[in-house]
Amino acid sequence: MTPSARPARPFRLRRLLIYVVLFLAAAFFLLPVYVLLITGLKSFQEVNLATMWAWPQSPSLASFAKAWNGSQVEGFRGLSGSFWNSVSLAVPATLLSALLGSINGYILAKWKFRGSDVLFPLMLFGMFIPYQSILIPLVQVLQRLGQITKPLSVALLALSVPPALAGFPPWLANFVPAYGTIGGLILVHVVYGIPITTLIFRNYYAAIPTELVEAAKIDGAGLLGIYRWVLFPLSMPGFVVVIIWQFTSIWNDFLFGLIVTSRPAVQPITVALNNLAGSYIVQWNVQMAGALLAALPTLLIYIVLGRFFMRGLLAGSLKG
Amino acid sequence: MRRLTRDRILSIALITPSALALLVFVYGFIGFTAFASLTKWDALLPDFTFVGLRNYAKLFSIQRFQLDLRNTVTFTLFFLLACLVIGFLLAVLIDQRIRGESLFRSIFLFPMAISFVVTGVVWRWLLAPGTEQTGSYGVNLLFEQVGLHFLKNGWYTAPIVWHLPPDSFAGGLLNSTGLGFLTSPMFGIPWPMFSIVIAATWQMSGYTMALYLAGLRGIPDELREAARMDGASEFQVYRHIIVPLLTPITLSAVIVLGHISLKIFDLVVAMTGSGPGFSTDVPAFYMFDTTFRGNHFAQGAGIAMIILLVVAVLVIPYLIYSARTEVQQ
Repeated sequence: MTPSARPARPFRLRRLLIYVVLFLAAAFFLLPVYVLLITGLKSFQEVNLATMWAWPQSPSLASFAKAWNGSQVEGFRGLSGSFWNSVSLAVPATLLSALLGSINGYILAKWKFRGSDVLFPLMLFGMFIPYQSILIPLVQVLQRLGQITKPLSVALLALSVPPALAGFPPWLANFVPAYGTIGGLILVHVVYGIPITTLIFRNYYAAIPTELVEAAKIDGAGLLGIYRWVLFPLSMPGFVVVIIWQFTSIWNDFLFGLIVTSRPAVQPITVALNNLAGSYIVQWNVQMAGALLAALPTLLIYIVLGRFFMRGLLAGSLKG
Repeated sequence: MRRLTRDRILSIALITPSALALLVFVYGFIGFTAFASLTKWDALLPDFTFVGLRNYAKLFSIQRFQLDLRNTVTFTLFFLLACLVIGFLLAVLIDQRIRGESLFRSIFLFPMAISFVVTGVVWRWLLAPGTEQTGSYGVNLLFEQVGLHFLKNGWYTAPIVWHLPPDSFAGGLLNSTGLGFLTSPMFGIPWPMFSIVIAATWQMSGYTMALYLAGLRGIPDELREAARMDGASEFQVYRHIIVPLLTPITLSAVIVLGHISLKIFDLVVAMTGSGPGFSTDVPAFYMFDTTFRGNHFAQGAGIAMIILLVVAVLVIPYLIYSARTEVQQ
């Protein structure tokens, strides 16, 4: 035994052990994805419980097509409509709440006023409340709001348009804020998104030297000018973090979608997936394909922009 | 000077819409829910007859709600424990200058990007036990195929509640001290809840991993080196240096995961609903069920207020603590 071999052996064994545990953990985390994929890729003939864990012999996208389009014969709705509902819900709601958060964060970081240090934690509290505690009045208020905005949606529905634009105004009517519309859901997500977006932007702007703001003030810039020419151009990373965070949480939301939208025509994809999976007539492979479709947009964002996702995560719990 | 005052007014004007919206949608709505929980509102049409705390008194006497509390405590304890332990272990392992670090990190964290509904749908399928006629499904089938038959079980379909048998030694001891009620299933641990714990841990433990990893990276190497110089073993370094230094992170993780687990809803709906004998029923699901399916608005408001109170007890001290430390900086 050479003298150098002795300390090396336990060291190598330790490394090996570390990798074994890491690979086992990775297998646990990837297991559901594997099952989602192979079950979704199996054709209807191949769905056999005994070979559930085996790779499909002839992979096909038939289950994905069925989950997307639904089946009139078997009597269930596909996810395509709700997928686009989620897109047209999450995109405007994300942009609006990012903009609001940026302005709030700017003021709370660089234009502190008497009481702003009290206002900030009071605003943050909205981030932690269990939404059950606001659902009942929320529904009531949205229903009232619907009575007020009803003429608008009626007008949009009745608006006669050139044939080239057919289908445009009725679609727009879904965006009028009310109970049971995408517009109502956007309003809800924007309001309850204010705390987290304000928090992320406030911390982001707090890290930008106040000297920059003071210098611009001396140059004669006002509040809006400083935001437009000094802070906003520096805000891109902040916006990326907030947009990813908000898009992911709005896309993945289930509770608000379930409570606010009762009609399948305006339901977001999480609600539609839950209905699809809760139905006994839908086979497992269609359910798995549907689950993968519902997860795809946020998964893609995570794969492409993972490090920004990470920052949003940490911002939600750690200061700075 | 005039400019400054105008900007002052403008700054307050710009933040007012958000502040007002939150005043109404957070504080106003909570106030309304609190008020509704003190009324007789028990049908679609509101009935605001004041009944005091009667709804609460009734709630705590309803068996379903008592079981919900048991289930939530079970879920919170095991979910927190699993996330903290797994997250910490993974963070420590990843911190050992390993190859493919970012790949492992991404794999452990990606479930965070997925909706609880998707997680619920997948794990419901994975943990579906199968029947005598169909044979085993999912994880049970996997256990069968690799020869681990003893691990097969009914998962979320098995109406098993572990509790102290009254005729056991410990049960007898409790009986003789007047604590015999602790041996009832009401104070047991419902096995189906563990299916939810597994799915939730799969989704959230990467989050604690990320928190701990950020914390570990913030601890200067000199500290560990100094401890090693003093003859501390690797375990002692973690036990006496690293873990205490990570306490603020553990606290954050407990707050964030704790408030998620206290209001857990999506995952339960997508996976099991109430479960056999209400063994996976949780307050948030009961609230939804009784309010929006049963139109028992006052009762639903009562459940919502109880969830809010428990969450507030957890979160408000943390918010005040964070605000204070920030002022000190």
